[in-house]
Amino acid sequence: MNALDRCTVHEHDVIVIGAGGAGLRAAIEASAAGVKVGVICKSLLGKAHTVMAEGGMAAAMGNVDDRDNWEVHFADTMRGGQYLNNSIMAERHAKDAPARVRELEAWGAVFDRTKEGKILQRNFGGHRYPRLAHVGDRTGLELIRTLQDHGIHQGIEVFMEMTVVALLKSGGRIAGAIGYDRERGRLRVWKAKAVILATGGLGRAFRITSNSWEGTGDGQALAYHAGAELLDMEFVQFHPTGMVWPPSVRGILVTEGVRGEGGVLRNSEGKRFMFEDIPDAYKAQVATNEEEGWRYVCGDKNALRPPELLTRDHVARCINREVKAGRGSPHGGVFLDIGWIREKLPNASDHIKRKLPSMYHQFKQLAGVDITSETMEVGPTTHYSMGGVAVDGQTQASCVPGLFASGECAAGLHGANRLGGNSLSDLVVFGKLAGEHAARFAKANKAVEVDPAEVEAHVAAIEAPFSRSGGENPYAIHAALQDTMQDLVGIVRTQSEMERALEAIAALHARHAKSSVTGHREYNPGWHTALDVGCMLTISEAITRCAIERKESRGAQFREDFPQKCAECATFNLIAKKAPDGSMEVHRRPLVPTRPDLAAVIEKMK
Amino acid sequence: MPPIHAPLSTATTTRRVEFRVWRGDSSGGQFQSYTVEVTEGMVVLDCIHQIQASQASDLAVRWNCKAGKCGSCSAEINGQPRLMCMTRMDTLPDGQPVTVEPMRTFPSIRDLVTDVSWNFRVKKRIKPFKPRKPDNPDGSWTMFQVDVDRVQEFRKCIECFLCQDVCHVLRDHHKHDEFIGPRFLMYSAMLEMNPLDTENRIADLKHHDGIGYCNIGKCCTKVCPEHIGITDNAIIPMKERVVDEFYDPMTRLFRMFKPR
Ligand SMILES: Cc1cc2nc3c(=O)[nH]c(=O)nc-3n(C[C@H](O)[C@H](O)[C@H](O)COP(=O)(O)OP(=O)(O)OC[C@H]3O[C@@H](n4cnc5c(N)ncnc54)[C@H](O)[C@@H]3O)c2cc1C
Ligand code: SF4
Ligand code: SF4
Ligand code: FES
Repeated sequence: MNALDRCTVHEHDVIVIGAGGAGLRAAIEASAAGVKVGVICKSLLGKAHTVMAEGGMAAAMGNVDDRDNWEVHFADTMRGGQYLNNSIMAERHAKDAPARVRELEAWGAVFDRTKEGKILQRNFGGHRYPRLAHVGDRTGLELIRTLQDHGIHQGIEVFMEMTVVALLKSGGRIAGAIGYDRERGRLRVWKAKAVILATGGLGRAFRITSNSWEGTGDGQALAYHAGAELLDMEFVQFHPTGMVWPPSVRGILVTEGVRGEGGVLRNSEGKRFMFEDIPDAYKAQVATNEEEGWRYVCGDKNALRPPELLTRDHVARCINREVKAGRGSPHGGVFLDIGWIREKLPNASDHIKRKLPSMYHQFKQLAGVDITSETMEVGPTTHYSMGGVAVDGQTQASCVPGLFASGECAAGLHGANRLGGNSLSDLVVFGKLAGEHAARFAKANKAVEVDPAEVEAHVAAIEAPFSRSGGENPYAIHAALQDTMQDLVGIVRTQSEMERALEAIAALHARHAKSSVTGHREYNPGWHTALDVGCMLTISEAITRCAIERKESRGAQFREDFPQKCAECATFNLIAKKAPDGSMEVHRRPLVPTRPDLAAVIEKMK
Repeated sequence: MPPIHAPLSTATTTRRVEFRVWRGDSSGGQFQSYTVEVTEGMVVLDCIHQIQASQASDLAVRWNCKAGKCGSCSAEINGQPRLMCMTRMDTLPDGQPVTVEPMRTFPSIRDLVTDVSWNFRVKKRIKPFKPRKPDNPDGSWTMFQVDVDRVQEFRKCIECFLCQDVCHVLRDHHKHDEFIGPRFLMYSAMLEMNPLDTENRIADLKHHDGIGYCNIGKCCTKVCPEHIGITDNAIIPMKERVVDEFYDPMTRLFRMFKPR
């Protein structure tokens, strides 16, 4: 029997790969445009990574501070991204986010409220004014559940617990996707006129991460192998505050909302070390003393923000420095203290539990720490990928006709560093845009046939781990890759270590090609891991190659051998692309030019 | 560069614990024993992962967040419906084997993974949110925190389906066709109590959703990892509304004149 005949075949106008915030929003939009839409996701509906987002969603609604508007949000995003962002995307994001938040309310989301009965907004790092619409510290749950519950009534077909392994092409255009269902291990082909990638992040390539098992960089790898370009892959965000103890929860996120509500960072000497190193670009925006910082948290419009609310790249490096200097906490982090606000608020304990309920439970249940009275131990954790599939800022289209991307797996909005809260808004703003343009593409173009020979090759690759025997366990290869990336391409990078990482990745490729799995095809996580590792090897190589090529420290990338920013490096993004011979090539691309009116906004807000 | 996090060796004592994990599929299965090295702070899901990585790479289990936020890792641990990622090993009795089996109310797929698709079908049947016209020109509504506290309590639900697993109407009496279970009674209540919603789901609750089957025994509330007052705050008020609308003569009279 030929390979295609062994696959269950589905046909749609638009296939969305991913059911996080970006994928669901894209599917809703495409469906509203009147085309037939299918959504594929690796987990059950509503369980995607987006569900874990805590702190909130950035939108300049000005509900709490009426000085806020899209221009301030735009300028904050560009400053946070160290001006490598695509300014067209940053503009649209800042302008559209408020409408997207209100739309969620119209679909059933219930945000926390201000005294006047409007949507409440909270402070977050790098945002000049309180800007994050939120629901306690479970904003992601609210976002995904709202989109899910709205989406199931829009005639979208959902394929749960299925994994796409490759994109199919014909005559240079996207023809669909191929994969398997986890439940039975059966092969599936989805024919489609347009495909939207919304597969999220890649944190699982590192040992310490806040990401779930799904964050294996699939979309980026799928796009790369289909001939699309990857942009800014060197910029991996290490969130400053992950849990460090006990070992089994290492990396789990502690929301920035803790600092937004007044939490402070201290070293083993009890010192608020963040006051000691404030970058020039932010000097004019940061409180000069602890008392002013607290007034800011309380909403005093004349006070400046505490230094704990500087951008993530900077806070993570300061923590790293304290630990290295021997001023860390017992388990190799620093102390995060929210309980201290008892000195300021009579009902602090209740206030903390109401504002940060899931943090309270997380520490209580997993670490035995009561955050209303005890300090937390925290340290950096691999969190977010600014890089991803390169897209056109007006349409979310990649360079492969029919292939679109949005959400964390796409790139451009965040530049060298993402501001907290700018991802959830990114998902809905650009998810919508991708849905709209993919539907338009599907209406304008006829379907192309999938190529049986291509299907055959993919089927062979999918089944290969079963046909080999006596090879290595894929979990061991995954663990070795995580160690490599964590130790050699982590928060502090140097040329020699990254070259070692490239060698290690090449060796792991070879081991991976020989790995084997046992057991059945039904719900076999060993097999699934074997296929995921392939994606992680590809994106790890892209991260490393781009990080080597960017010989400077900027945003999330810190290079010990090039500790300063370089002016020339401020003029380009890096592109990783598959060369005709199958190797990975990295080249520079000049930044998308910033329109004069947008440049003027940036200047005005400096 | 030294790793920022302390090496695992700072972990204190290790103890060996016997795990009895249900392995099988819809055609049947049995418990299999594994020995796990347990260190400080480990949760049941860590132990399952350890078994997967070193002893049974094909052991099927669902998980995502490892922090009690996604509701994927539901199982029955020593017979209790719980989230594996939030069950610390040091809260289980020492010196005894730990049994882990799938939720029993749903059909088995493999090992710890069950077919929960029925829940997704049920939700789709419930009338969706339908807001009144926006209060403000920008498309927004004015709502106060006190008006949404209860709705927000219900919206904390992570859809772990542990309450569905434990409810005897489903577990023992298999009324899946006539009864939507605590999760969705509460979901309906959440929509009914949303101050913006204009839909009415009371007749459905009575006629299609089987709210009458619930004997308010509160087993569901006891297992909810989000501590949602499913019975007291959601089901009982909905039962009262059913009574008001269908049995109270005044309401009935009123209904005859008020078209829907
Ligand atoms: C703990 C935590 C807290 C966060 N808090 C915030 C916050 O407060 N504010 C904020 O703005 N951002 C926050 N973020 C970041 C933000 O949550 C993510 O960037 C965002 O949710 C990503 O959404 P997405 O739609 O792009 O992808 P995801 O939500 O990651 O969804 C990806 C989807 O793709 C599917 N998929 C992946 N690969 C495949 C494949 N091969 N085949 C089929 N399907 C596939 C997955 O199953 C999933 O459905 C947080 C992140 C974490 C981890
Ligand atoms: S209280 Fe009602 S819904 Fe809850 S478990 Fe008991 S019978 Fe089921
Ligand atoms: S109500 Fe509670 S137990 Fe039931 S599905 Fe939701 S979170 Fe789980
Ligand atoms: S893994 Fe998400 S709730 Fe347990």
